[in-house]
Amino acid sequence: MATIEIDKVSKVYHGNVPAVSEVDIKITDGEFIVLVGPSGCGKSTLLRMVAGLENISSGTVRIGGRIVNDVEPADRDIAMVFQNYALYPHMTVRENLAYGLKNRRTPKPEIEARVAEAARMLELGPYLDRKPRALSGGQRQRVAMGRAIVRHPSAFLFDEPLSNLDAKLRVSMRGEIKRLQRRVGTTSLYVTHDQLEAMTLADRLVVLNGGRIEQIGRPLDVYHAPASTFVASFIGSPAMNLVQGELHGSKLAIGPALIDLGDTLPTQGAVTVGFRAEDLQAVGAPVDASAQIGSATMPLRVDYVEELGSQRLVHGTLGDQTITVAMSSDAPLTSEMQVAVPLGRLHFFDAESGRRLVWSSVEPNRSTTAADLLETAR
Amino acid sequence: MHRTRILDHAVLILGALFLTLPVVVAFMTSTHEAAAIHSTGLMLSPGGHLVETYETVLTRKGGFTGQVTGARMMMNSFILGIGFAVGKIALSMLAAYAIVYFRFRFATLAFWVIFTTLLLPLEVRIMPSYEVMSSLGLINSYTGLIVPLLASATGTFYFRQFFKSVPEELLEAARIDGAGPFKFFIDVLVPLSKTMIAAIFIIMFVYGWNQYLWPMLMTTDERFFTLMRGIKQILQVWIGSQIPDYNEAFALAVLAMLPPVLMVVLFQSWFIKGLTESDK
Amino acid sequence: MKRVQFSSPLLPYLFLAPQLAVIVIFFYWPSVRAIQSSFYLEDPFGFGSTFVGFDNYLGVLLSPEYLSIARFTALFTALVTFFSLALGLLLAVKADAVIRGNAAYKTLLISVYAIAPPVAGLIGMMFFDQHIGPFVKIAAFFGWEMKVGLSYFDTAFAMIFVAVWKQIPYNFIFFLSGLQALPASVREAAAIDCRSGIKRFWTVIFPLLAPTAFFLLIINVTYALFDTFGVIDVMVKDKAANNPITLVYKVYMDGFRGNDIGGSSAQSVILMIVVFVLTVLQFRFIERRIHYT
Repeated sequence: MATIEIDKVSKVYHGNVPAVSEVDIKITDGEFIVLVGPSGCGKSTLLRMVAGLENISSGTVRIGGRIVNDVEPADRDIAMVFQNYALYPHMTVRENLAYGLKNRRTPKPEIEARVAEAARMLELGPYLDRKPRALSGGQRQRVAMGRAIVRHPSAFLFDEPLSNLDAKLRVSMRGEIKRLQRRVGTTSLYVTHDQLEAMTLADRLVVLNGGRIEQIGRPLDVYHAPASTFVASFIGSPAMNLVQGELHGSKLAIGPALIDLGDTLPTQGAVTVGFRAEDLQAVGAPVDASAQIGSATMPLRVDYVEELGSQRLVHGTLGDQTITVAMSSDAPLTSEMQVAVPLGRLHFFDAESGRRLVWSSVEPNRSTTAADLLETAR
Repeated sequence: MHRTRILDHAVLILGALFLTLPVVVAFMTSTHEAAAIHSTGLMLSPGGHLVETYETVLTRKGGFTGQVTGARMMMNSFILGIGFAVGKIALSMLAAYAIVYFRFRFATLAFWVIFTTLLLPLEVRIMPSYEVMSSLGLINSYTGLIVPLLASATGTFYFRQFFKSVPEELLEAARIDGAGPFKFFIDVLVPLSKTMIAAIFIIMFVYGWNQYLWPMLMTTDERFFTLMRGIKQILQVWIGSQIPDYNEAFALAVLAMLPPVLMVVLFQSWFIKGLTESDK
Repeated sequence: MKRVQFSSPLLPYLFLAPQLAVIVIFFYWPSVRAIQSSFYLEDPFGFGSTFVGFDNYLGVLLSPEYLSIARFTALFTALVTFFSLALGLLLAVKADAVIRGNAAYKTLLISVYAIAPPVAGLIGMMFFDQHIGPFVKIAAFFGWEMKVGLSYFDTAFAMIFVAVWKQIPYNFIFFLSGLQALPASVREAAAIDCRSGIKRFWTVIFPLLAPTAFFLLIINVTYALFDTFGVIDVMVKDKAANNPITLVYKVYMDGFRGNDIGGSSAQSVILMIVVFVLTVLQFRFIERRIHYT
């Protein structure tokens, strides 16, 4: 068990733009951290630097307080689960599990005990003498997990371990990873491009983009208070609606809609406004928008509808900008309708930098406080 | 549909006959007596002299010095075939391992130095190679027979292609599991390459066994003659004889083709895989 | 190369050393010697040598004998390559088409692969033998008095025949595995789009096999140029005078029989250039193919 401190770590490949630049993450003992971002955001590179598979261009990585920049991967006391599992195809499951221990000259009875323990935890008992090719995808995934567990390392590193599985298996393995990590309590660093996986697994998630950290925070905090338009559009499905608006005093104009915020923001003029599809609600006949106190009402022209069963996603246009509304599947549909969002559920972002703007009308019943928002927005 | 299928089979049967009949005839004829062959021509049915002919060919001392038997030549052919295949696999696996799995200063140079050898077959540089061998005093030795043939990149090329197809994560997993360069090579890479090694062994054995020009030049001492060299010998003796020993010539040919043909036929799937998957 | 590699100051050189040593001693040294001695006239009795510039090359290239051998080599190479490729392809297509007996045909058709050129030459000699050769008898039936070893044309015919016979299995193996690697969906799409099997073959299957065919073309040219040495040596039985020979055989004859080291070396260098061009073609092609797939 150990902490991992990533301190101003950068990775530059031969004179190119940095793949990772000046990343700071402090992972406490036993914490489950998920690095999430689109492909090419540097998340795998960062993980591989922690593993020692990639040289660190600058900055330091500490595992359990020890600087490991120049320590061989095998001596960092970490275990890694790979996307394609990287099981040794010519070894049986048992040999696969034992290989790392053998190389560390662990005594034989100890190896046997640990393999048995891992096999029991992962229900691999019946397969111990099979070769990987005789296993299903899910079973191989378990062996890969087992190979990490038997080592009793101070940290687990996961490199997109579920992306080779089909959708159903992915959900169940996701649960299993979470349960196992809770049980053994090992500090974990997990890389994925799947925001849902990140949300469900993480104690805290780190959203990366272009080699930089966009936001670090607890999943719900990130969800409810995205620090930038990038995070807003990346976390949550369907993605947060982002539209261009115009601020004049306390009045906000979005296309044809004019909204009274009842408060002024620290900025004026062009602004990016965000609101989640599920925060929108259909409202009755068009009324004077400014009369609707406490919520923003906007006209929507419906383009098409996706039925998801539990709900329906209505895609339409607001002026000349497209937005998506999530509605219950029995809500009435018309080609022109009015939708409203509580003012407290509006997110404002700087039109140029895309950074979050904080304003005072934060909804009171939200778990996060304005101070939190300020913290995460930084 | 039905007619075309019959036609397909007809073409295949003709092709198979065309390719294999000469071999069958060679074997059948070798079991007859020379005089009978001389009067009736090649044979398609077995004769009664299989044992005598082959015994003679294998045990009679022949050549000018009377020091070489068919069995001896066969042994030399095996030494050449196996020695070449094993040497090739050992040298080229190590070289390919260095090229694919290590970061070092002269990697590109080493790569080109090795792969340039694909440019020139032994046949075009046969004269100077011979001179080099004689100045090294390696004429009439197994070393001289085998080692110079190893100076080509084919095997290295095969293994390089294969190593590149091994998933990268395997090396990464092994490093995290505490395996260094030697351990990774022996515990992971060699066992993974088993099929590839078998395939290359077959290809290289056949190549070595079938060498003709090089052994012909390198061995003047008949104790080092291979079966291929023996074939040339038997044809030289032939000139001027009344009734040539057709049966013995055929028997020698059969002995010369039996091991490689058996190897290819028995280990067909490995051999084809090795040959076609690495494309040279 | 690999994303992650070992870095060790000594190990890679250690692993490369045996291979490099063999290559330097037995490849580079002789090759350099060949180039070097192609510019010298060597005294046949071993009393030193004189630098003669390009004289050896001029002597070779201006000799009518060499040119006629070069012509024959070109013809020989073209015919051997064409027939062994065509027959290999025909058999592969048929073997790919039939289901019943597939494995048996395959085994029979590849079995000859491992036969050495001189052994093939020996068997060929017997089949074309004046006394016992069945081919001579068949030819006689059609009024062709075949004298292999005496008549230039007849020997050439027999040589090409044997060389093709030996090479068919190789081409068969590659064409067959090329055919079997074609995705079934492409064939099914072609079957829906085109009724004629022959047209389907030339418009869909063959273009997809083209990379294999090109690769084999180079290999077969190399085979006809160099690997047929054994066939030729056995069939002309050292009596090159009236018989057709190829350029490689001429290098050997001049170097070892004629003791014309300079001329032989010049010929070697000329052949090196030919092989070099072939190999460059092949490398460029392989590179393109990597992009393609």
